Amino acid sequence: MSASTEIQLIAVVVALSCALPGVFLVLRRMAMLSDAISHAILPGIVIAFFLTRDLSSPLLIFGAAGAGVLTVALVEVIRRTGLLKEDAAIGIVFPALFSVGVLLIARYAGDVHLDVDAVLLGELAFAPFDRLTLGGVDLGPRSLLVMGGILAMNVLFLSVFFKELKLTTFDAALAASLGFAPAVLQYVFMTVVSVTIVGAFDAVGSILVVALMVAPPSAAYLLTDDLKRMVLLSGAGAVICALGGYWMARGLDVSIAGSMATVSGLWFLVVLVFAPGRGILFRARQRQRQRSGFARDMLLIHLYHHEGLPEAERECRVDHLQDHLGWQPGFAEMAVRSARKAGYLRVDGGLMTLSESGRAQARHALVHI
Amino acid sequence: MMGFLDDYTLRTVALGAALLGLAAGALGGFALLRRQSLLGDAISHAALPGIALAFLLTGSKSPVVLLAGAAVVGWLGAVSVDKLSESSRIKYDSALGMMLSVLFGFGLVLLTWIQRQPDANQAGLDSYLFGQAAALVDRDLWVISIIGTIVLLLTLLFWKEFKLVSFDREFAHTIGMPVRYLDRLLTGMLVAAIVIGLQTVGVVLMSAMIIAPAAAARQWTDRLGVMIMLAAVLGAISGVGGAVVSSLQPNTPTGPAIVILVSVFVTVSLLFAPHRGLVFREIRAWKAGRALRVEAVLVDLYALASQHADSSHPHSDRVLDVMASMSGASRRTLQLLRTLGFARQIDARHWALTPEGEQRARSVLQERKGGRV
Repeated sequence: MSASTEIQLIAVVVALSCALPGVFLVLRRMAMLSDAISHAILPGIVIAFFLTRDLSSPLLIFGAAGAGVLTVALVEVIRRTGLLKEDAAIGIVFPALFSVGVLLIARYAGDVHLDVDAVLLGELAFAPFDRLTLGGVDLGPRSLLVMGGILAMNVLFLSVFFKELKLTTFDAALAASLGFAPAVLQYVFMTVVSVTIVGAFDAVGSILVVALMVAPPSAAYLLTDDLKRMVLLSGAGAVICALGGYWMARGLDVSIAGSMATVSGLWFLVVLVFAPGRGILFRARQRQRQRSGFARDMLLIHLYHHEGLPEAERECRVDHLQDHLGWQPGFAEMAVRSARKAGYLRVDGGLMTLSESGRAQARHALVHI
Repeated sequence: MMGFLDDYTLRTVALGAALLGLAAGALGGFALLRRQSLLGDAISHAALPGIALAFLLTGSKSPVVLLAGAAVVGWLGAVSVDKLSESSRIKYDSALGMMLSVLFGFGLVLLTWIQRQPDANQAGLDSYLFGQAAALVDRDLWVISIIGTIVLLLTLLFWKEFKLVSFDREFAHTIGMPVRYLDRLLTGMLVAAIVIGLQTVGVVLMSAMIIAPAAAARQWTDRLGVMIMLAAVLGAISGVGGAVVSSLQPNTPTGPAIVILVSVFVTVSLLFAPHRGLVFREIRAWKAGRALRVEAVLVDLYALASQHADSSHPHSDRVLDVMASMSGASRRTLQLLRTLGFARQIDARHWALTPEGEQRARSVLQERKGGRV
């Protein structure tokens, strides 16, 4: 495999393993916890490094995951006291833990290559050079193998606990009364999230992890009301972000992680604008249609009201609408055009006459408006 | 020890951090009450593309230009988070997380793009990421003081309005306050406070500077004015303290030192603040429980005594155990009753009511009856 293919593969695997648990983070309103965990794992890594003195030790991942779970636990403890809201608890816990990590590095590991920049920013471009070999056989890039394992774990976790996750996400009280343990599942889930973040930030940096955990699921949330479909759409969005980000980075010769985050933002924007049903465009068109439909019905009722009476000659003229209904000229024209197109009325030299279907529609509107 | 006042770097850093803590602490109070604790985190990340864009557009590396860029992008980001969570089904936290990570990633793209440009003198742009307090100079101090003062003055000027908007938006709207503009103004002020902090403590830690002093101050008071003032003071103290600690200890960056100090304040406040603090809450709960136990055993003893002509008739503690159905506890409670003078120990296992105890038990029963009617 060429380095380029390998990077793309890693990007896709990372994006997928982030987007899957991300669905539940978004639905449970815990999106910002991913940001908190991704920063707070630093002291876990540092302490595990002090214990092992080896930057490639797998123990570092466990240290980091432990720090991630500790973050969640601390936030929960503070929230439970009722003294601070959850967001404030998050906002206090993770900078504190991050500071501990930075201080530990600065004081005791100044000579080691344990760079804060590298932790936060990550560089996917170097991933293919860090390879795992077993007995002289090249197994592939280390991050691909690690993330492949994490992806497998996430898929397994989601498929085994899908029902439980769904229930605790949408109705925690019901879940508790049915005998599920929402708190236990919550901690297992947050452990899965922590491990995912740890593995992913090693490959792509912590900020991209947040983007991949939140943006594709949020986009999917705008596209569907079905949880299973939301998971699938998040996965599809994640793949788009990974590949799109890679090729954008390659074209502009810029940071791959940064591009993937940017593309995931663009992906969300595209969905936000064009999503059927909930997109900005769709809703604007719907509003427009409602507006013109309402104006058309008003016009029909007006005509119906004056039809066949002596003042009809005066009332049923196009230019009269502005005075009588207080409409802007453009708005009046729109209403007339809409009614004409539907075959509800005819215009002869400025005088409007209702058709039979127009009369029926006016009667219908009178009852239903 | 006092010699540090002569040290130019330390004096500059300490003064800058103090002013920063003052402004950030005051605004953090409003952010905390408006449940926007994490907005600071998002804004400080959004500042990165602002800095890069400002550099790309002007080619200038003057802090004022760069920070202005950061402020504009940060403010736009914060406003779009509001808009997104109001007008779509996307929740506030998702909107915040996306804004934070996407804009930061975009900033990274811009930074790497700038680095690739030939003859671009971009060195130092990334110092905003992690903050370099030691690199603060007089000019930065001026920027911090001017913006900090403006922010504090605006807080005073719109005090009544901000207070109302923070506590009762609907009412503020009803009496004709421009709620939306006040929101935007408050967000703008928060952005300004964050932006001036980027150089000192960096992107990641700025959110703690906003929220932690306010969270600590909240525990000590229920009055907004006191809380904001306390938050500002705590912010300033942490700023100076962090600067001093980092100058006294080798290899101790200022930003993390400040954040750890302010986190200690939060911990102490959560534990020991009167009324709200956890320790006092526990003590109060324990005292209340003890008073209930004392009353319960006293009434039991009285019930036994009223079976006899002589109210000081001794009764076995085992009977009391059964009555209180909490064996062991009643024995300790009996000791307590003796200390209070309500009961006497006749021998190892027998207790009797004293006249004071009898009176007390009657009044307890009276109160209970009164409570029931």
